Amino acid sequence: MLTTEALVKELVEKNGRNRNSLMPVLQGIVQQEHYLSEEALLCVAKELDLAAADVYGTASFYTFLDTVPRGKNIIRVCKTITCHMKGKDEIINTLSNALKIKVGETTHDKKFTLLTANCLGWCHKGPVMLINDEVYPELTPQKALEIVEEYAKSTH
Amino acid sequence: MSKYLVNLKINNMPIAVEEGTTILEAAKKLNFRIPTLCNHPDLTVAGNCRVCVVEVKGARLLAAACATPVSEGMEVFTNSEKVRVSRKHIVELLLSEHNADCTKCFKNGHCELQDLASEYRIGDHVFLDLVKPESLIQDISSPSIVKDDSKCIRCQRCVRTCAELQGVSALAVVNKGDHQKISTFLNKPMHEVVCTNCGQCINRCPTGALTERNYIEEVWNAIYDPSKFVVVQTAPATRIALGEDLGIPVGERVTGKMVASLKKLGFNKVLDTDFTADLTIMEEGTELLTRLKRALVDKDEKVVLPMMTSCSPGWIKFQEHMYSDMLDNLSTCKSPQQMFGAVAKTYYADKINIKAQDMVVVSIMPCVAKKFECERPEMRDSGYQDVDYVLTTRELAMMIKQAGIDFNKLSDEHYDSILGESSGAAVIFGASGGVMEAALRTAYEIVTGREVPFTNLNIQPVRGMEGIKDATIKIKNVKPEWSFLEGVDLHVAIAHGLANARQLMEKVRKGEAAYHFIEVMGCPGGCLGGGGQPIPTSPEIRKKRSEAIYQEDEDMPIRKSHENPEIVEIYKEFLGEPLSHKSHDLLHTHYKPRKRY
Repeated sequence: MLTTEALVKELVEKNGRNRNSLMPVLQGIVQQEHYLSEEALLCVAKELDLAAADVYGTASFYTFLDTVPRGKNIIRVCKTITCHMKGKDEIINTLSNALKIKVGETTHDKKFTLLTANCLGWCHKGPVMLINDEVYPELTPQKALEIVEEYAKSTH
Repeated sequence: MSKYLVNLKINNMPIAVEEGTTILEAAKKLNFRIPTLCNHPDLTVAGNCRVCVVEVKGARLLAAACATPVSEGMEVFTNSEKVRVSRKHIVELLLSEHNADCTKCFKNGHCELQDLASEYRIGDHVFLDLVKPESLIQDISSPSIVKDDSKCIRCQRCVRTCAELQGVSALAVVNKGDHQKISTFLNKPMHEVVCTNCGQCINRCPTGALTERNYIEEVWNAIYDPSKFVVVQTAPATRIALGEDLGIPVGERVTGKMVASLKKLGFNKVLDTDFTADLTIMEEGTELLTRLKRALVDKDEKVVLPMMTSCSPGWIKFQEHMYSDMLDNLSTCKSPQQMFGAVAKTYYADKINIKAQDMVVVSIMPCVAKKFECERPEMRDSGYQDVDYVLTTRELAMMIKQAGIDFNKLSDEHYDSILGESSGAAVIFGASGGVMEAALRTAYEIVTGREVPFTNLNIQPVRGMEGIKDATIKIKNVKPEWSFLEGVDLHVAIAHGLANARQLMEKVRKGEAAYHFIEVMGCPGGCLGGGGQPIPTSPEIRKKRSEAIYQEDEDMPIRKSHENPEIVEIYKEFLGEPLSHKSHDLLHTHYKPRKRY
């Protein structure tokens, strides 16, 4: 795996050295490293000749650009009203018990982070969760467990 | 190219204004005042606070007057029922997120939001109080600036100031929605980030979210302590601005009154930073000539040019962060404030028979970065902290009010001697271009034996409010010992405001500009626009202060640093000559690279 510095340089090379590249570069880092470390933010500021506070300002604006360490798989359970009525609390509790983490936390083996998200736009098929970029609709606690177990098996 | 005139009506009064004028500007011309918070004459338009909303006939929504350009046939109402009710609600909403514990706020009585609340007679809570408990913890990590998020209304004047005027961006908008706040990189404390302590954000903060770290109580305690001998020094730019906080019009000089008030406050001696400004010229002028000689005669490749001034502590910290590869360009001279402290606790203490450990040196400065500067570990060459406390011009005004002094009625008094005599060259340190002009007045005369070839010693090309100025002085008919400078064109440049400084530094780094000497002041207009000066500030106000400074210079009997008799005396009795061993020990310093990000 590339070092953070090399990764940033590669992303900047690909996207260009102007301010417009900030978003794709930050997204690229999150894809590889699951979050934006201090080192990564500073590298971006340096490469794009931006103030570090500006880079952090942009990063902190977006929910999907995390600035705290996250697991390899990020589970986001929709917490908005329809999914709530369809039982999202049960889903969260089940996952929380199985993974032994609370919402906002990451497992010891760094495989999973459990988060909630605002409306994912799947109200007709709630409750729903997102794992990384994949949507899982019409969940039951059992179904949610099985999906997460699959991820556990395939993540090293 | 002339612009089209646009006809409109404001509160039924017709007016024609140039295309592109905002409703706010047009209303001002008709003497209708529209309140503003996020708007500032030095900054770009933001339009986020919404208190300037007005009704435009035919429009569904109210428009922000600061951000809406006029259009043909527009009919604007600045005080309709809809406007008044909305504006009051907007103020109430701002207050619902503002820690309105006004009696305990440093800005009490100097707060634009408080003024607006008072104007609209805001009563009991209409909206829930949404101040976040965690925002109540102030950031007091910086010796210069206190940041209090609970007072912040997120108008972003500070963010724009830091980016647009200073090119630093230590502050940015972080998070979003109800979590939005003004913060630093990763919410680090102010003293850990690239903040230069210039304090320009303080000058533009409409509330008490950004204020100077104040040392008023510490100074009172020193004055009341009978075992302490408290001397005070006043920076050049304080004497032309202090009056603004004490009911005197902008641009009026109050030198004599300021001295009188300081004596009444109980300082043991009232002395002048202008004296050490003259001393700075002797040292810095000689340093420049020495560097030129080493470059031109000795062909010494290690000599670094252009030489850059080092009086402005905001500029110094900027350079340490941003251009740490160019620290050797900086003059090794300490700033006048620090030269004063070092000389006061050695030469002066001896002369008046006071032990240095019993002496407290207080500075009155137009600056908040000076508070940081006096705490730098290098600034202890007397064996003690050379300058103990730094007060801003504003803090001094507060002390004068606390002491019940009727400033307006004071008769002028003179600075104590010694360390109180100064020249006109020293007072112009307070304006952008002033250090350059003062240095040229002395250096030119050292080299040629004649006065600088400008009418009445006024070197006009280095004056004025242009962001970056440059000038060339031809050196002719030199004294024999300076023959290597015969016919040399001395190229100089001046920048004020750190965004301009950055532009100039980029030019220098790329080798696009062959300057010999560069003056940089961290604040717009130089010290007269410093972060410790009375609030508000605007280009107009700074222009008036500048005129006052140059008038003060013209009225001084001595106009050149090297003719200050106290300067002649200190070299004869104590320092020997400029750049002597003793000078190096007390008056010169070094710089340290800091993190760029």
